[in-house]
Amino acid sequence: MPETGIGAALLRKEDKRFITGKGKYVDDINRPGQAYAYIVRSPEAHASIAGIDASEALKAPGVVAVLTGADMAEDGVGGLPAGWGILFQDGSPMIEPAHPPMVVDRVRHVGDQVAVVIAETKAQAKEAAGLVDVDYQPLPAIAGLSQASAEGAALVWDEAPGNICYDWGLGDEAATDAALEGAAHVVTLDLVNNRLIPNAIEPRAAIGDYDATDDSYTLYTTSQNPHVIRLLMGAFVLGLPEHKLRIVAPDVGGGFGSKIFHYAEEAIMTWASKRLERPVKWTAERSESFMSDAHGRDHITHAELALDADGKFVGLRVNTAANLGAYISTFGAAVPTWLYATLFSGCYTTPAIFANVKAYFTNTVPVDAYRGAGRPEAAFVLERLVHKAAVQLGMDPVELRKNNFIQPDQFPYQTPVALEYDVGDYDGTFDAALELADYSGFGARREEAATRGKLRGIGISTFVEACGIAPSAVAGQLGARAGLFEVGHVRVHPTGSITVFTGSHSHGQGHETTFAQLVSDRLGLPEDQVEIVHGDTAQVAFGMGTYGSRSLAVGGSAIYMAMEKIIAKGTIIAAHLMEAAVEDVVFDKGNFTVAGTDKTKALGEVAFAAYVPHNYPEDLEPGLDETAFYDPKNFTFPAGAHIVEVEIDPDTGVVDLCGVSCADDVGRIINPMIVDGQMHGGLAQGIGQALLESCIYDDSGQLITGSYMNYTMPRAADLPFFKTGHHITNCTHNPLGVKGVGEVGSIGVPPAIINAIVDALSSAGVEHIDMPATPERVWRALQDAQA
Amino acid sequence: MEDFAFHRPGSVAEAQETLRGTEDSKFMAGGQSLIPLMKLDMAAPGAVVSLTGIDELRGIEQQDGSLVIGAGMTHSEVAESDDVRNAISALAGLAGSIGDPQVRNRGTLGGSVAHADPAADYPAALVALGATVITDRREIAAEDFFQGMFETPLETDEVITSVRFPVPDSAGYSKFPNPASKYAIAGVMVARNGADVKVAVTGAGTGVFRATAFEEALAGDFSAGALDGASVSADGLVSDTDASAEYRAHLVGVMARRAVEACG
Repeated sequence: MPETGIGAALLRKEDKRFITGKGKYVDDINRPGQAYAYIVRSPEAHASIAGIDASEALKAPGVVAVLTGADMAEDGVGGLPAGWGILFQDGSPMIEPAHPPMVVDRVRHVGDQVAVVIAETKAQAKEAAGLVDVDYQPLPAIAGLSQASAEGAALVWDEAPGNICYDWGLGDEAATDAALEGAAHVVTLDLVNNRLIPNAIEPRAAIGDYDATDDSYTLYTTSQNPHVIRLLMGAFVLGLPEHKLRIVAPDVGGGFGSKIFHYAEEAIMTWASKRLERPVKWTAERSESFMSDAHGRDHITHAELALDADGKFVGLRVNTAANLGAYISTFGAAVPTWLYATLFSGCYTTPAIFANVKAYFTNTVPVDAYRGAGRPEAAFVLERLVHKAAVQLGMDPVELRKNNFIQPDQFPYQTPVALEYDVGDYDGTFDAALELADYSGFGARREEAATRGKLRGIGISTFVEACGIAPSAVAGQLGARAGLFEVGHVRVHPTGSITVFTGSHSHGQGHETTFAQLVSDRLGLPEDQVEIVHGDTAQVAFGMGTYGSRSLAVGGSAIYMAMEKIIAKGTIIAAHLMEAAVEDVVFDKGNFTVAGTDKTKALGEVAFAAYVPHNYPEDLEPGLDETAFYDPKNFTFPAGAHIVEVEIDPDTGVVDLCGVSCADDVGRIINPMIVDGQMHGGLAQGIGQALLESCIYDDSGQLITGSYMNYTMPRAADLPFFKTGHHITNCTHNPLGVKGVGEVGSIGVPPAIINAIVDALSSAGVEHIDMPATPERVWRALQDAQA
Repeated sequence: MEDFAFHRPGSVAEAQETLRGTEDSKFMAGGQSLIPLMKLDMAAPGAVVSLTGIDELRGIEQQDGSLVIGAGMTHSEVAESDDVRNAISALAGLAGSIGDPQVRNRGTLGGSVAHADPAADYPAALVALGATVITDRREIAAEDFFQGMFETPLETDEVITSVRFPVPDSAGYSKFPNPASKYAIAGVMVARNGADVKVAVTGAGTGVFRATAFEEALAGDFSAGALDGASVSADGLVSDTDASAEYRAHLVGVMARRAVEACG
């Protein structure tokens, strides 16, 4: 293994500040004269507001202001925009209700923003918030999908009949119907993809800071993509031009998708700071995180897989109801559509696929992208169906999958659901996982477990995911309202050290290390000579941010392209310095050399000449500072095979995860230690979804799981030691050959876990169990099966 | 959290004086329940009188076949005490299973007992072992002490000073923890003294209770097998999103068998 550059397991540069408590997060920032905000949130799931009386709050000690949605409307503040438009099957646009940062006359979920109290201290703001008297007139609440779709259901939005935001389709419905009609076997499954609460360790926070001297604004915020926030908030909500609006997202303590979106509090603080002409700071309490961070997943699905007599998949039909929550969050509409149904081909050659997704409004927190975003939902449907097909047809689940895999010589492979996979070797990846898991030894382990009274099962998931949504033009045709490129800016300083400015924000991923390795590898200098700057619109030219495992594939490629420009310009300078023809100069390991000679100039010497251009090519600009905007040609398609073994205690229903073995094709690996860390984190969240986590609303729309007392996050003791391996094929269309790894664990492992549990319970006749497979659910499934 | 005054007196008498002298004040003995309630504004005492600086509430000693544990002893101290381990190892094990290390390092025996949380572990031990709660003014048998959800006969200014646990022939504790909070969904303590068997259940109901049918079965045949197929009625048990009453009733049977198996 190399000690530097691509492939080196370097310790993370950023960890020194993180593990010594020296990270600088939004809440660590304090501005002179700063006031503190506390948000008055709705305790009702659905109610009209007959009045807001802030008179008592205004009299409370330290209170500076109490502002409401009416004040925002008066100032002409717009609504939080949806970043992606989805069409009904008939081509009409989705129902897109207004989303003001603070409600005007109706609250639509517990936690909805009603007013903001601003005071000299945080405690005073909170104290006074309790004195704001809001006259709620309760309305019937729609607490979940079954209520939303019920006949005669109350409406969350008057303009959305049946509570439907859109009724969308993808694929060839007629061909799929025909395939199912004539198939030898049809396997059907009804399943739920459980709603999750993201729970980043750092709660969201925002500081609005208006500067009257030049009429400019700075927003410090916990964001995965500061430039996107500048665009959305500046253009759509507050009407501020980019040159007067700076967004800083400093160290951010985890996002997992939940910090992609433009949230109301960002706009409220920015707006209020001008109104009061002083900085205003807000930091969420943990209870607020539960009821105001966008949630994830929440689908109910009916799926049918058709197979011919030989076990070849011939058709797949999926009908999903997706819960969008009360409002359309930034990418909420795209997640259960283009990030979901496009994955239904999986690793397989299924020729006919049709997916219908009906998205519903409910009186719950908005639902949006959460680690995996659509792809875990798709993998769960598909891999549960494949497992059930193997059982129903009496086929080996390994052989059934292999018989249907897309073969290496079929790439590029056009799926029936829009995507074109560039490369993969699904048999190779699967074989690696089977070996890691000692699959062939399972029978003996099951027998041994039986002697201890335990039910042992094994489950498989073989999956494809799609990272780095692209290219922008295609995304635009599909409804994206933003570009999906990334920006890399490489500045070679006069003495040869380098600062890289990237639009890919890092909030735990380790970009400061991985990106430095890219630069070290290409430009031939040690990683400690490279500084990575991100998270500040005043420093980084532009960027689309970090989500969908895109940072390396898109952001890293942008840096690579900027380095190519550096090398091209450096070559001209070096040729001049060495009095050689440009075409004779080659660059390798940090040196420009005249081919076939010992004449050479180090990058540092060339940089010096570029900034002290005494002896310099005529007509060439001084400086060595290049920016690249990289728009990928396609998604990348990581793939993997995850194999899980469980033991179930039939007395209690407790599931013990005995083994999690994963072989993944994440493309070329830059830092194997960071890749392992990403795998482990993703697996922990996938295990959380499969076994532990469940967001529950009661029938009146109250959030029952509003704290860690009953929302179960995975802990170290809940996790086994993971076996991770790789079988790599390089991405064919980006210059690094990389694909992405951030979401693989949370996508691949949930169906493997549930398949393993169903396998363990198969002797009792259990065919399916919903997530999370809590002890009671498992115990009940056994009781019901035995009854 | 509302503002409050904080006092940390050095004696029980001083603590009581402080409490009586301040309106709306509350004792705190570790704060592992009170502080979270205050953070959520579900409790807002004007003054908090901490009992953690009082020497007379500390100590573990053996007395005539009993173990007397000071109310101020933390769960960690009880779990790690050789005296407790040697006399009633199940009690040390129970203390070591409470919450997480942070909770065990701050939470105390007296605090847990006085709070009488229906899902706390200690009440099961006190009832099964036939313990006596000793306060500054009286002694109360455990069964009379736990009167239901957060209900005890303690007076406002009354301080638990210690708990006396008779040392049984054998005892065992088994619990099924809530995966999120680690409180008991069903916890069962079994204690045997000759032919006398007591089985106390925490977590499953609205307060600790004795499973008398189990006690009768075990009195005749002290073995896990004697409880095969036994369960308590689900009627009156807690039913919520964490666990249904039916599942809790089933778990009480399973935990009881495991507690018997754990008896030394």
